[in-house]
Amino acid sequence: MNNPNIINSIYNMRLLDEAALKTTAVHRIHPLVKLVTTLAYLVVVVSFGKYETGRLLPFLFYPVVIFAFAELPVISMLKRILIVEPLIIGIGILNPLFDRQAVMFAGVLVPGGWVAFLSIFIKCSLTVTAALLLIATTGMDKLALALRMLKVPRLFVLQLLLTYRYISVLMEEVGRSLKAYSLKAPEHKGVQRSAWGPLAGQLILRTFDRAQRVYQAMCLRGFNGEYNTGGNIRLRSADLGYLAGWVLLFISLKRYDIPLIIGSLLTGVVK
Amino acid sequence: MSHHKIEVKDLHFSYPDGHKAVKGLDFSIHHGEAVGIIGANGAGKSTLLMLLMGVLFPEKGEVLVGDVHVTRKTLSVIRQRLGMVFQDPDDQLFMTTVYDDVAFGPRNYGLDEKEVEGRVLQALEMVGILHLKDRAPFKLSGGEKRAAAIASVLSMQPDVLIMDEPTAALDPKSRRRVMNLMKGFEHTKIITSHDLDMVFDVCKRVIVIKDGRIAADGSAADILANAGLMDECGLELPLSLQKCPVCGRDAGLVPYS
Repeated sequence: MNNPNIINSIYNMRLLDEAALKTTAVHRIHPLVKLVTTLAYLVVVVSFGKYETGRLLPFLFYPVVIFAFAELPVISMLKRILIVEPLIIGIGILNPLFDRQAVMFAGVLVPGGWVAFLSIFIKCSLTVTAALLLIATTGMDKLALALRMLKVPRLFVLQLLLTYRYISVLMEEVGRSLKAYSLKAPEHKGVQRSAWGPLAGQLILRTFDRAQRVYQAMCLRGFNGEYNTGGNIRLRSADLGYLAGWVLLFISLKRYDIPLIIGSLLTGVVK
Repeated sequence: MSHHKIEVKDLHFSYPDGHKAVKGLDFSIHHGEAVGIIGANGAGKSTLLMLLMGVLFPEKGEVLVGDVHVTRKTLSVIRQRLGMVFQDPDDQLFMTTVYDDVAFGPRNYGLDEKEVEGRVLQALEMVGILHLKDRAPFKLSGGEKRAAAIASVLSMQPDVLIMDEPTAALDPKSRRRVMNLMKGFEHTKIITSHDLDMVFDVCKRVIVIKDGRIAADGSAADILANAGLMDECGLELPLSLQKCPVCGRDAGLVPYS
């Protein structure tokens, strides 16, 4: 049953493209502004120390707000984020083994390794979410435009766009090959080892061919290395407000432990 | 209108593996002509189209579009004049919406966004899929994809339309729609196909290619009705010229009625 999975993956990938076609207030923000906001978010989130796990929690505010205002499908987006979780666990799992120093966390003494692990886990989840949200509210084409405005070399931007474009080409070919294989070998579970080589070889040749034809089609319509996605979009004052608002929030969350301040204010009031 | 003329002179081409696909083609196509290029599989039709578009370059001979030679330096000019519709529309549609796809060509030629919009809407209107402009190409049906692929070429306002198997894999009604569309264009048209009834219906002139050489060049009515020639070149009479399978009488559909 490999085949439906592959085809599903293609549809899943296109979910981001489709999400990017919406016209909510967040989608209308200038792509460059969204890119810079996301970069600022990433930098601030990863700048926290490994035991500052609690300080990371307020950063959930950003994805929650974007999810809500951009009207994105929460469940299917979260599923994508889940895909990277095993990888994150793989990266962080050695921390509890090696780091046995006790640290205070939420008023309790706990092994530092676990706190650090939790911190890595939260950081990665937040950053991956932010990156996915950027694509889902901007779209690859406009993102490329924003990168070009930041003077990222044309070649890199093109590489990114074509890779993104060819992933679906490759997956379609994989889907076809697996369908053909499963029809000819109905009793096999998965692909037998003896067929791995020929299947992969065929796949790469067919994908080259297909990619070549797509590229030719692009060249025949005047493609000369510059991906034109519809002229420059003007910066509006709302865009600048969006950027300033988020960046200010991120910086103040970095400088001040706002949950602590709010907490002590509240407990102060109670006292 | 000499700039719409296409001339092919003593064209030869071999693939890197040594296979000689084109062995000395000579013909010229004039403004407004609709020419069908037919031949068995592997006869060299697709290679010829690639040579016309400057995707491949001949090892001998030359292709002239108007007065311009097809060379690496003139590609930009040539490709503005010749628009090619690929056999598989999926190869041609790669942007996220139909609109962006049709706008891809004009944007590459640096037109301003107002002009691009005008051209895109006009092209979509011509092929009758204006209502699909915001849809994702991969969600369209086969016929709609074909129409979108044609629109993506029309938006560049080419002088000559080159189509590789435009009716392949279409259901009968979609095929008819694409044929009517092609008949409605005043462009010079070069069409390769195995759908001989379509060629009979749309093209006045037919060039038959066999083993990389021209086997016949003349009016569609003469060539397509020549059972001996067709058989020799690995083809058959168009269905509309074959005997009626029910009563056995000659079927007599007349093109250009």
